[in-house]
Amino acid sequence: MLKYTTKRLGIAIFTLLIIITITFFLMNAIPGDPFQQSRRIPPEILENMKAKYGLDKPLIVQYFKYLGNILQGDLGDSMYYRGRSVNTILADSFAVSGKLGLMSITVGAGLGIFFGIVAALNRNKFFDYFVIVLAVIGVSVPNFVIATTLQYLFASKLGWFPVSRWGTWQQAVLPVTALGFAYIAYIARMMRTSMLDVINQDYIKTAKAKGLSGTQILWKHTIRNAILPIVTILGVAVAGIVVGSLVIENIFGIPGMGKYFVQSIKQNDYTMIMGTTIFYAVLLIAMMFIIDVLYGIVDPRIRLD
Amino acid sequence: MSENKNEKIDEVKNITESSDVLLDVKNLQVSFDTYGGEVKAVRGVSFTLDRGETLAVVGESGCGKSVTAQSIMQLIPMPPGKIKSGEVWLDGRDLLKYSDKEMEKVRGKEISMIFQDPMTSLNPTMKVGKQIMEALIKHQNMSKSQAKEKAVEMLKLVGLPNPERRVEQYAHEYSGGMRQRAMIAIALSCNPKLLIADEPTTALDVTIQAQIMELMADLQKKLDTAIILITHDLGVVADVAKKIAVMYAGVIIEYGTYRDIFYNPKHPYTWGLLLSVPRLDVNKDLRLIPIEGTPPDLISPPKGCPFASRCEHAMKICKEKMPEEIKVDSVESEDHFARCWLYNDLAPSVNNPVTERRARLNE
Repeated sequence: MLKYTTKRLGIAIFTLLIIITITFFLMNAIPGDPFQQSRRIPPEILENMKAKYGLDKPLIVQYFKYLGNILQGDLGDSMYYRGRSVNTILADSFAVSGKLGLMSITVGAGLGIFFGIVAALNRNKFFDYFVIVLAVIGVSVPNFVIATTLQYLFASKLGWFPVSRWGTWQQAVLPVTALGFAYIAYIARMMRTSMLDVINQDYIKTAKAKGLSGTQILWKHTIRNAILPIVTILGVAVAGIVVGSLVIENIFGIPGMGKYFVQSIKQNDYTMIMGTTIFYAVLLIAMMFIIDVLYGIVDPRIRLD
Repeated sequence: MSENKNEKIDEVKNITESSDVLLDVKNLQVSFDTYGGEVKAVRGVSFTLDRGETLAVVGESGCGKSVTAQSIMQLIPMPPGKIKSGEVWLDGRDLLKYSDKEMEKVRGKEISMIFQDPMTSLNPTMKVGKQIMEALIKHQNMSKSQAKEKAVEMLKLVGLPNPERRVEQYAHEYSGGMRQRAMIAIALSCNPKLLIADEPTTALDVTIQAQIMELMADLQKKLDTAIILITHDLGVVADVAKKIAVMYAGVIIEYGTYRDIFYNPKHPYTWGLLLSVPRLDVNKDLRLIPIEGTPPDLISPPKGCPFASRCEHAMKICKEKMPEEIKVDSVESEDHFARCWLYNDLAPSVNNPVTERRARLNE
């Protein structure tokens, strides 16, 4: 396990380095600079500002300086939000985004697994067809369409929930549903298929031949084995939720990382672009690692080494 | 007076309890609903099994032998399967009248089953020990620690070295033969009266096959369990089974002791089976004789003898009417039945190719 972790850590650092390098040079290849929007800045002041952020140096020097800063855990100051460091902006906004993501993935996985089980147990009955239809909708309709539809129906027309903003639980319902919907659908479909597959396995017959009751077989043998493929797709789901939240946060006006990420690209806010990219990359790499470890725990056939 | 009556009841009880018949299957009929129509997989199967005895059910794939076995435990998936009629008497109780809840107390406790493929019959994510313990906790009301002790004991009994370590392992850490041993341990943990072994050696290689068969025979003696052995391999049957039922297209077409079936078979299908088995004592240039043709479609089974279309001795009546079970001469003065018109008084006599071949070989 220790050997495995060290190996994974090495790969993670290497992956990060590549991400940082590509992003850094790509970002600098975009025309314009962080200060183009602020009009009528006297050339002398502009020069001073560029010097302050180190933008007057050759690109390769900037790159190594940035790497040095990262090693000390310093992501630099934002070039758009004057006087705020990228570290504090990320810390503040991730508190919001993390909560939204976690709730969405919990709802997505929880309801998805539940729907999948119930659908499989009621094969070819009403609820089964309901889940299949739900899955088709969830996979084919993009989340921004679902988000605006939910806003229109439940906020604007019915007035059950607030249209936007963040803070109370009522405000969380719509964005969490919009973000988690695709995963409810996807996981439900997958869990259903997986359950039907496991139900027909020989070891379920063995369990029945032992005299176990239907509920015992369901909990100890069927669900336990059917859930394995779901754990694998959780990694993909986390990535999807991160990407999805960029859009959802904008639609519901949630002060999360998505908002800052999109804005930083618009504003050529170099440090902010780098900061958010690195943060997302680290988050995803960490999640993948956690899920791989988790997989080793739930499936004894997988050995991590 | 009343004492007298009680004595009488006790007497009757003793008689039924000491009766040798453990399982009595009467006219079992099982069908499966498919898109193509109702497949009549088992069409009136009857047999009895004594305590501690072994009955082998042989027949080719799809002849209904597994369905018969699984119907005894009501393990066939219902729907699409349904048990249309029949009785399954175990110790004087008709199991087919039992609800699923009542059957739970029979399965694993009084009747156990082991399956064909040990690679897929064990749960991959549960420790083998725990899989043995489940039945013990359910049927014997054991505590976890008691059940674990018993699980170790069972693994030792089926001949696994290092059972204390093995209980903590998962199925993927076992070899094929070891998994089948573990399956036997699960099946026999609650000391069932009847063990149904559904092709227990088919998925194993030949040396392991012999070990598993030996183990089953050995445990049968120790635990006095009756066994129904389902197989399509006549070679496996020869050593262990006292009685053999040959099935074809959902009916038992011949039934007798293993001597009857091997040395004096009566049904043309049994002849065909025996003539197609390779033998070590026969000249290797001698060709095996296959049975031409295929079994009938069980969605609309023929009204006559199902083997008629493949039988070289078929007469007009064979295609018209299903033959009854006819008692035929037995080597051991036991019950030997065949469902064949050839043994009707009006039928012409035909030569038995199996006894003929033996006679030729003995010359």
